[in-house]
Amino acid sequence: MAEKVLMKGNEAIAEAAIEAGCRHYFGYPITPQTEVAAYMSKRMPKIGGTFLQAESEIAAINMVYGVASTGKRVMTSSSSPGISLKAEGLSYLAGADLPALVVNVQRGGPGLGGIQPSQSDYFQATKGGGHGDYRMIVLAPASVQEMADLTMKGFDLADKYRMTAMILADGTMGQMMEPVEIKKPENQDFDKSWAVTGTKGQRAHNIVNSLFLSPEVLEKTNFERYERYAMIEENEAMAERYMMDDAEICVVAFGIAARVAKNAIVEARKSGIKVGLIRPITLWPFPKKELARAAESCHSFLSVELSMGQMIEDIRLAIDCKRPVALCNRAGGIIPSPEEVYAKIAELAKNGGCDK
Amino acid sequence: MTNEYLIAGFGGQGLLFAGKFLVNKGMMEGKEVSWLPSYGPEMRGGTANCSVIISDDPVGSPIVSKPNVLMVMNLPSLDKYENDVKAGGKIFVDSSLIERKVQRTDVEAFYVPATQMASDAGLTGLANMILAGKILKELGEFEDEEAVAASLKKVVSVKHPEMYEKNLTALKMGRDY
Repeated sequence: MAEKVLMKGNEAIAEAAIEAGCRHYFGYPITPQTEVAAYMSKRMPKIGGTFLQAESEIAAINMVYGVASTGKRVMTSSSSPGISLKAEGLSYLAGADLPALVVNVQRGGPGLGGIQPSQSDYFQATKGGGHGDYRMIVLAPASVQEMADLTMKGFDLADKYRMTAMILADGTMGQMMEPVEIKKPENQDFDKSWAVTGTKGQRAHNIVNSLFLSPEVLEKTNFERYERYAMIEENEAMAERYMMDDAEICVVAFGIAARVAKNAIVEARKSGIKVGLIRPITLWPFPKKELARAAESCHSFLSVELSMGQMIEDIRLAIDCKRPVALCNRAGGIIPSPEEVYAKIAELAKNGGCDK
Repeated sequence: MTNEYLIAGFGGQGLLFAGKFLVNKGMMEGKEVSWLPSYGPEMRGGTANCSVIISDDPVGSPIVSKPNVLMVMNLPSLDKYENDVKAGGKIFVDSSLIERKVQRTDVEAFYVPATQMASDAGLTGLANMILAGKILKELGEFEDEEAVAASLKKVVSVKHPEMYEKNLTALKMGRDY
């Protein structure tokens, strides 16, 4: 086992990406993710990789498209307003079935918003952001260790399914330091026979493209893509269960919100309230089965989010609205305190699941 | 056992570094640790702070809202955080920068003229480490001097090895005050 070192979450993402074989990074600085780019600018030249600070986010994502077309591991990172600028490129990557890793260290919005932590890009990440029918695999780390581990996993999933994987972190995860072990990636062979690498006169041309003017052909690409998405929903959903075995109230939270919720749950347990946490690690695919199972034994749900309530919609869908789902949220860069979450849990315990 | 530190003052006083030193020491002792800096607009000219948690148990929220150790290097920080400290907690005040005393009577207050001491000793800029040394002493964590030195060595920049001795001197000044 490698030695644990103290790293910022943003640095852990960068180092894990390099360890995973990423040698091409294109980005543009924006708080609170700039350390990813800074780290890459130091490391990439020393290992024969490419670090390029593009003239804009739009340029960066299109450079990602270019490298991804050659089958090489490539990434970009940004924060909320920057991700909006990349949205066109995300759609094109999906349309051309290209693997890439995109990191969003979220800050408060909408607009330029603020620079403090937020989770209000949940919809953008899980429901689209760019145009057209497409999905991204969305991974939500809740520790610096997971910033590293999920970065590696993100590259693998992207290659496996030929699509974009997004790390959806927030300012806290990016800025905080925790001990982290950068693990060795598993050696996996991924089919890259589609990549544009030069035919050398030996094979037919590969074409990477997202333009299909024939509706029949375009429809077929969409249907085929969604068959792949169905496989991902079946096989790749991940969640952490915490104190769920006898829970009557199920808190659902990801990233920093889950960390805060755990403090509140520990306190609530001391007061005899049977409460647990399901922490989605993949936001798409959403861990629907885990939640449906919880709906059989819990009388109510509580979504803790740093947004006006976005994931709460997916919770309701996952449990077919069988149980009431309450919301405990702060927005604009403010993180709910454990006391606020505790108060909401206590309220649900008292009312037996009736929110009001 | 969990110690939650809040280290606050002006940007540029080395608050984040002091926190990094403490958290690294915790990690080297096998504890669960987290370090979270403020990075907001207040960094530019106003108050800066960092949250450090060192615990025997996995760290939940990395945000310290009720510290049991508060280190302050300017008056706005003492004004802002004094009432957040847990009863029985400890407040470490740079008394060369903060004239007033701690108002609360249910906490222990320690006054160290750290900025003046650093300046007098030719260690300008290391008041942060004088206070960190005092914190370690009062928490009973300075007994193993080698562990303190080893932890410091890890966090001092490799580009400025000469800073190691100066930082160690500052830590000891705090311990002995």
